[in-house]
Amino acid sequence: MKIAIIDYNAGNVRSVLYAMERLGIAADLTADHQRIREADKVIFPGVGEARTTMHYLRARGLDELICSLTQPVLGICLGMQLLCEHSEENDTDCLGIIPQRVIRFQPKAGEKVPHMGWNQIKVGEGSWLDPALDGEYVYFVHSYFAEIGPYTAGETDYIQPFSSVMRKDNFYATQFHPEKSGAVGRRILEGFLKV
Amino acid sequence: MLAKRIIPCLDIKDGRTVKGVNFVNLRDAGDPVELGALYSEQGADELIFLDITATHEKRKTLASLAREIARHLSIPFTIGGGIKSVEDVEVLLQSGADKISINSAAVRRPELINELAKNFGSQFVVLAVDAKQIDGDWWVHLNGGRIATEIRLLDWVKESQERGAGEILFTSMDHDGTKNGFANEITAQVSEALSIPVIASGGAGTMEHFKDVFTIGKADAGLAASIFHFREIGIGALKDYLEREDIVVRQ
Repeated sequence: MKIAIIDYNAGNVRSVLYAMERLGIAADLTADHQRIREADKVIFPGVGEARTTMHYLRARGLDELICSLTQPVLGICLGMQLLCEHSEENDTDCLGIIPQRVIRFQPKAGEKVPHMGWNQIKVGEGSWLDPALDGEYVYFVHSYFAEIGPYTAGETDYIQPFSSVMRKDNFYATQFHPEKSGAVGRRILEGFLKV
Repeated sequence: MLAKRIIPCLDIKDGRTVKGVNFVNLRDAGDPVELGALYSEQGADELIFLDITATHEKRKTLASLAREIARHLSIPFTIGGGIKSVEDVEVLLQSGADKISINSAAVRRPELINELAKNFGSQFVVLAVDAKQIDGDWWVHLNGGRIATEIRLLDWVKESQERGAGEILFTSMDHDGTKNGFANEITAQVSEALSIPVIASGGAGTMEHFKDVFTIGKADAGLAASIFHFREIGIGALKDYLEREDIVVRQ
């Protein structure tokens, strides 16, 4: 199986590469359109700021490429948010694959933003995630989130319930970092490799 | 619910852990990656690697350490110790570090926080601060507590947050090494003054100390070194205890 990881200015593409390595897969870290298109599965990682990242993707034609992919694609963290329609982070138009808006947490007194650390996922029937993962802890770092909607495939509660797992057609996504979520994260990545 | 985090801290010198003795089941207790992996298996939520080497080869050593840790560990980790510039950090990011911590260099040149936050994002920047209480007030200290400053702790952490720090690692020099408990009162003040998470450090000696720092101290994470290294407290047992005390931990 050929796995491409989209190589762009996102922080920690390397963590995803190493997570694949631990699964025994030599993934291809690449920005080459042809190689991404030919992969069996594509991972779209992301840590950073939405507007700068979208600008970077557009400048390299990666925005159109990602939208045109037909094989399973996994968006992680900012990668998931960019699959959505719009992000409140610097008022950014995103890829628009998942018709969902991304907004900022509104903390009440004593609540911290970013949402940083280990929190639980609620996985319902019909999710692409193994239902046995319901209630497990995974690692989050983010200040913006996608609201619950028709493409929610798992949710987490922080300040309010939000989409921590999504799916639309061949686009799969997690707000958390499976590559940093220990044994649970490993199972989630294995799950994606099997879809 | 978001879990309270337990973070072992590993001191590194020339690529080897120091203080990390007394692990009979480890092939090489001086290997930071192996020790880190053991803590990860025991349920540590994150790891902090603090480099105390002072050589010009430091950047290279740190980068290869970050790469090895990132290769083998699947939990988040922070690297700190003598980081002074955007270039230092760039290399660590490329090598797979999840966060970096800066301390004295940020006090000497606060713009460093802005530069790092702008280039890499706030989530990547942990501001570490060491402080001591003198005549009732808490003052920032540099170089591991050896040099006093005229900067008030609460002013500095607020300024750091405004400049773009994503998390604060607060060590009370008065409590560090005492095993008499964390500095709960001032930790709570730091936590309440900020909207970013706070890691409390210094003073852990018993499991109850962790409960106190999460409840009285309002910390988001508790850090310790020697009690874990010398196996005075096991991370699994600590988490079982905290859960019984109604504190949310990842199990």
